[in-house]
Amino acid sequence: MWNGEYTFVLRNLIEKDFKVRYRNMSLGIFWSLLNPLIMMAVLTFVFTQIFSNSSGANYPISVLCALVPLSFFQIAWATGTNSLQDNAALIKKVPVPRQIFPIASVLSNCLHLVIQIALLLGSVLVFGRGLNIYWLWLPVIWGLEIVFVLGLSLVFSALNVYVRDIRYVVEASNTVLFWLVPVFYSFSLIPLRYREVYQFNPVAAVVLMLRNILLEGRPPLAHTLTLLVLVSFSMLGMGWIVFGRLARGFYEHL
Amino acid sequence: MTTVIEFDRVSKSFPRVTGQQLLRTHIVRWFGSGGRQGEFFALKNVSFRLHEGESLAVVGRNGAGKSTLLGLAAGVATPKTGRVTRRGRVGALLELGSGFHPDLTGIENLVLNAALLGLSRKQTMERLDRVIEYSGVGEFINEPLRTYSSGMMMRLAFSIAIQSDPEILIIDEILGVGDAGFQEKCRQTLDSLIRSGKSLLFVSHSAPQVRGMCKRAIWLDHGAIMVDGNASEVLEAYEGRAVLKQSS
Repeated sequence: MWNGEYTFVLRNLIEKDFKVRYRNMSLGIFWSLLNPLIMMAVLTFVFTQIFSNSSGANYPISVLCALVPLSFFQIAWATGTNSLQDNAALIKKVPVPRQIFPIASVLSNCLHLVIQIALLLGSVLVFGRGLNIYWLWLPVIWGLEIVFVLGLSLVFSALNVYVRDIRYVVEASNTVLFWLVPVFYSFSLIPLRYREVYQFNPVAAVVLMLRNILLEGRPPLAHTLTLLVLVSFSMLGMGWIVFGRLARGFYEHL
Repeated sequence: MTTVIEFDRVSKSFPRVTGQQLLRTHIVRWFGSGGRQGEFFALKNVSFRLHEGESLAVVGRNGAGKSTLLGLAAGVATPKTGRVTRRGRVGALLELGSGFHPDLTGIENLVLNAALLGLSRKQTMERLDRVIEYSGVGEFINEPLRTYSSGMMMRLAFSIAIQSDPEILIIDEILGVGDAGFQEKCRQTLDSLIRSGKSLLFVSHSAPQVRGMCKRAIWLDHGAIMVDGNASEVLEAYEGRAVLKQSS
């Protein structure tokens, strides 16, 4: 039915997103750097000057360790959820595989992620502990986060075709997530009985492991890593299946 | 003769959406007590075959189910009951310029569209010059699409679609593209495609176009096939009915 090149289509959709977003902006790519820096500055001010209970000079970097994976997760999930609606005209007229749209939309956010990772790692090198051998784990951890968001976006984009309120559910969840992911507090402050639950939240698990590696110079906990692998890949598998089922009705419902 | 598209007792329905889709509506429907909201059948029990090298026109009033039929043939929609089978590479021109973005330049839009239509990177690069040449938009090709006139945009869209080299061409009422010169060029291109053994399935409201391009036609009314046969006879029946309706 459609026998084009998946990678060629994906690349083109991602490039389109990128060009459209930045072509008419004067600061362009710098927004990717500016956003987390502003958030980091505000949080650092509030939690070191107003609530002066934080520990150490590493506080800004610790905040950044959480902001980078969290903001990627939020933006990718939200745009992924809307991706089918945004491309409704194409879906009704061109027999291109529908999975392409949520996938392209998540992947096109990866460029910001890479820039923000560079910012994070740069700050660790200059102001933090510097390089250690456990940095080798970093690509694996980011990769798992991307896999998880891909699965989530497949499910939610498909649901959003049938029930349009889904996008607001996603927006509300993203707001809640800011408080439930340890952004401005550390894991040690979480009461023991909740800690196990936190590890099931993939974004919190990513933050925990990043802090282990970048701030404490320790390898990620095997237990947390295994859990993240399981959760991410089952999410992707489930997303693929659910999407395939729901895709049959896209034409009528878009 | 080989069959390239076959519709086997195909029906297609759309959910009838009346009013808001409130949460209550969903809950009621999920628990099944409120009953179904009703369906609208766009196609009812449609069967036909398109053979290799044949060109087939679909005629009928607005809302008769023509676009739904083409959507099913192209594979963007799935039938509710029955089966649609295709053999060969399908090029579906259901709408020109779907996926065009106003902020991208002509050439960027061409490459994106080619990818979506199913061309590989290599094929796209090989054909790009030919497509630009065919479209005749000239140096505008490096300008953003929002600076194009609507005619120029359609020329660009048609050029890439026709150069995607399909074995089965599905076209929905888009041949009124551009000025007289370009329309003539489109017609010649389609003619030569048909002569080279490609199959064509298309919707048109222009009787001369149908007569000029197709030997066979289907008249669709309220989702059902009224007549399937010789193009000029089908047109006569369809137009006769239309005239009768107007006078009564």
